[in-house]
Amino acid sequence: MLADYSILLIGAILVNNFVLVQFLGLCPFMGVSNKLETAMGMSMATTFVLTLASACSNLTYQFLLLPLGLGYLKTISFILVIAVVVQFTEMVVRKSSPLLYRVLGVYLPLITTNCAVLGVALLNINKDHNFLQSLFYGFGAAVGFSLVLVLFAAMRERLNVADVPEPFKGPAIGMVTAGLMSLAFMGFAGLV
Amino acid sequence: MLELIVQYPLLSALLALVSLGAVFGAVLGFAAVRFKTEGNPIADQVNELLPQTQCGQCGFPGCRPYAEAIANGEAINKCPPGGEAGIQALADLLDLEVIPLDEEHGEEKVKAVAFIREDECIGCTKCIQACPVDAILGAAKQMHTVIASECTGCDLCLEPCPVDCIDMIPQQETLQSWHWPLPDPASREPQIIATDNDQSQDRAA
Repeated sequence: MLADYSILLIGAILVNNFVLVQFLGLCPFMGVSNKLETAMGMSMATTFVLTLASACSNLTYQFLLLPLGLGYLKTISFILVIAVVVQFTEMVVRKSSPLLYRVLGVYLPLITTNCAVLGVALLNINKDHNFLQSLFYGFGAAVGFSLVLVLFAAMRERLNVADVPEPFKGPAIGMVTAGLMSLAFMGFAGLV
Repeated sequence: MLELIVQYPLLSALLALVSLGAVFGAVLGFAAVRFKTEGNPIADQVNELLPQTQCGQCGFPGCRPYAEAIANGEAINKCPPGGEAGIQALADLLDLEVIPLDEEHGEEKVKAVAFIREDECIGCTKCIQACPVDAILGAAKQMHTVIASECTGCDLCLEPCPVDCIDMIPQQETLQSWHWPLPDPASREPQIIATDNDQSQDRAA
């Protein structure tokens, strides 16, 4: 039981990392990784949204869509669930940390369109996860996203002052770095 | 009702989505009331960083209105009394770029205190009305004087004085007011501290 869940977690964090192995949620990965502090704020917000959205969409599917035989509505209802969770998070962040709210700016509402969030919700259904499994899977995906985002932001801060050849400056070297990170994460493939 | 739903599967889909939307709407409505933000917390923090000279050189009636404007996206370089240090502090707080002081709104001066040459003062009270911080004492036909500890050095009293008897006296550096000089920005090149200040174009892209 415990082993199952830890395998699920490690699988979502490292082996099938949503950003670097499954290439979901690349927009915030490139967009919010200029500064370490912002990246951390974004990671926390996304972790909260991903975990909650994963659990809520699972509940919606199991107790509303399945009994009514409305499986075909899963995409649109998951988008609804995610939008609500993001809106809720936005309210909480605005109340608890106005500065973080200002720093995250447009990226906070954009979590709605973060494909990793919808991806996790849909993968939960595909893999027949129950409620607890969805919760763990969502959390694992979020931790994996945060890990990669923070690592990448730290690297980009160094890259900004590094002696990079002129044509590679800025986003270009960022893309190259992301590719190398992705290669490195593929190395976890045999772990689970 | 149930028969109707069985008969038209579309109806059940419609009902499910509408009820889902209604429930979520209720949750959000509750959250909006529960997590309501009062005032503008950013404006408060900005206001604390402004020098509170109330001089109006930024084009706003005082420091508080300027703080609210900054919170709504106004440029942070319109405060000459705050100077470079003030802009730096604001940029740190709001995670913005450090920009040079806007010349249009005046230049950074040494902190000065108004001084009324008292034997020339005719007691017209015009400077009292101009002072934004009530630092001038006096009455009609009586000599006026400045409370040095209250004066913010905003220069606003110079203009209305009909006999030009007010001087701005630069404050002497005392043991209490002396600070370590800030490091010269030019001497910090090449950058050894990681920063993304010069990457603004990349970030915008």
